[in-house]
Amino acid sequence: MIEAHLPILQVIIPLLAAPICVFLRHPVATWALTTVVSWICLAISIWLLQQVQAGGEIIYEIGGWAAPWGIEYRVDMLSAWVLVIVTSIGAVVMPYAKLSAEKEIDRDRLYIFYTMMLLCETGLLGITITGDAFNLFVFLEISSLASYVLISLSQDRRGLTAAYRYLIMGTVGATFYIIGVGLMYMMTGSLNIADLAKLIPDVAATRTIQAALAFLTVGLALKLALFPLHFWLPNAYAFAPSVVTVFLAATATKVAVYAFVRIIFTVFGGINILQSLQIQDLLAALAIVAMFAGSAVAIYQTNIKRMLAYSSLAQIGYIILGLSLNSVGGISAGLVHLFNHALMKGGLFMVMGCVVYKIGSAKLDDMAGLGKRMPVTMAAFVLGGLSLIGVPLTVGFVSKWALLQAVLDKGWWPVALLIVISSLLAVVYVWRVVEVAYFKVPSTAAMEKDEAPFSMVLPTFILISAAIYFGLDGTTALDIAGDAAATLVRGLK
Amino acid sequence: MEFSGLFVYWIIVALMMSGLYIVIAQNNLVKKIVGLNVFQVSVFLLYITMGKVTGGTAPILADNITVYSNPLPHVLILTAIVVGVATTSLGLALVVRIHEAYGTIEDDEILEQDDDA
Repeated sequence: MIEAHLPILQVIIPLLAAPICVFLRHPVATWALTTVVSWICLAISIWLLQQVQAGGEIIYEIGGWAAPWGIEYRVDMLSAWVLVIVTSIGAVVMPYAKLSAEKEIDRDRLYIFYTMMLLCETGLLGITITGDAFNLFVFLEISSLASYVLISLSQDRRGLTAAYRYLIMGTVGATFYIIGVGLMYMMTGSLNIADLAKLIPDVAATRTIQAALAFLTVGLALKLALFPLHFWLPNAYAFAPSVVTVFLAATATKVAVYAFVRIIFTVFGGINILQSLQIQDLLAALAIVAMFAGSAVAIYQTNIKRMLAYSSLAQIGYIILGLSLNSVGGISAGLVHLFNHALMKGGLFMVMGCVVYKIGSAKLDDMAGLGKRMPVTMAAFVLGGLSLIGVPLTVGFVSKWALLQAVLDKGWWPVALLIVISSLLAVVYVWRVVEVAYFKVPSTAAMEKDEAPFSMVLPTFILISAAIYFGLDGTTALDIAGDAAATLVRGLK
Repeated sequence: MEFSGLFVYWIIVALMMSGLYIVIAQNNLVKKIVGLNVFQVSVFLLYITMGKVTGGTAPILADNITVYSNPLPHVLILTAIVVGVATTSLGLALVVRIHEAYGTIEDDEILEQDDDA
């Protein structure tokens, strides 16, 4: 009985829990509720993934209204997998959130923090599960509005301006997206993604549809922070409370990538848009520039949260490069990297959360001697950093290897070379932190062991060890991503 | 036909571009939000326009009427208006807090203060 309603429960449980948090108000009670809800969400998403693996696509008609008139939720391999990514990050972040949020957010605003975390998760899950293009916009705005509030909860006033800039850019992006959806509706009279995929090929040659594609691409590229539309991201991640950064960095851009994949490969899959409009090269070029620009700017950052944010831009470049290859290998490499990057960047930002908790700063200079002071936390940073570089036996290696293979299959060997060179840039920025933390003698601070609390170190290690585990056993994630990519490519003609 | 038939679309595009221009060019944070509103309103008009069917009336069942306008875009835009109101109020709330923290709502003065810090 309950099994049939899993898709709607996935979204509605965190949505209903959010107003309850507002009424509860008590920081510990809201935290407990949020944590329990995030675990329930994780259980539901794993259940959904198993159902999809066993029985194929799940279609859920809301209120019993059949598509294309009603709104339907559709869970296929790809969306089930992204759901698991988002909910598992949520489930790991919430236990961590308690101490970190108490430290970095004013006490009387804590309940708002938990409410917004729930709403943000609702929005992200909704984007992933919905089968309706306009419904996707609504969820996009739910998650975005929640994340603007989350960023503005920072005690640093620069968090406010970062949230404001993100609000402006994010709203322009989302509005571009609805312009695109509106133009598609003009030509097809449908908002259902599966229905659009059938109707688009007949009208694809019109100017209206081409304009729609342009608006959708630019709008979503703003949301996923593809170079050169990334200006909102570094400050938003650097000045948000650490736990917010962990959650957003590991999920928000990933879900925007998912929405992009849906538009490019599902809605416009019938006419193989990347090839027929020749935007393949453009996307690949932007992705490569992002890889280099992101890593190069990261090297010069003195705030490590900001450095990791720039490194995220580079990693988004790898994901988009994989997608732009337009082949099963490329798309699955991109999707695997989406998962892997969520693990390692989530873990690394958690390390920074622990550091900020203990020393109250994310500046490189203040991190001198941390290797001795917080050995366990910094060990997690080193492991995460190795993964970011793409050293064998880590997840970073699995996805970069898959990406290299896909690129070589296409015969783009100069691009393969560029991937390797840009990985070397990651060595530089990770090494800067390691050097300061392990080899630089601090001027004043005590050298005694002073580790972050267990409830923060444990979630950090769960993510980092997952990053190692999936690096040793790369097949699990690769298989799922391969399945998802194969389904997408089957739609291409 | 070409120009006059597409008259409404010209207005929408003009509104859309002026809104976007205000967002980009204005230095004042409140004016940026106003620009964002103009930009969003142009999209509301775009949706409402496309639902109109020439000669059609409101979609209420009645005798002698066979041509109805499409109500769906209008309903969609109700949702988008709500989202727009939420965005505007949140944006303005942020401006209030920025003013409390920086003592100004001019973008360049805020940047200056951040550079000093």
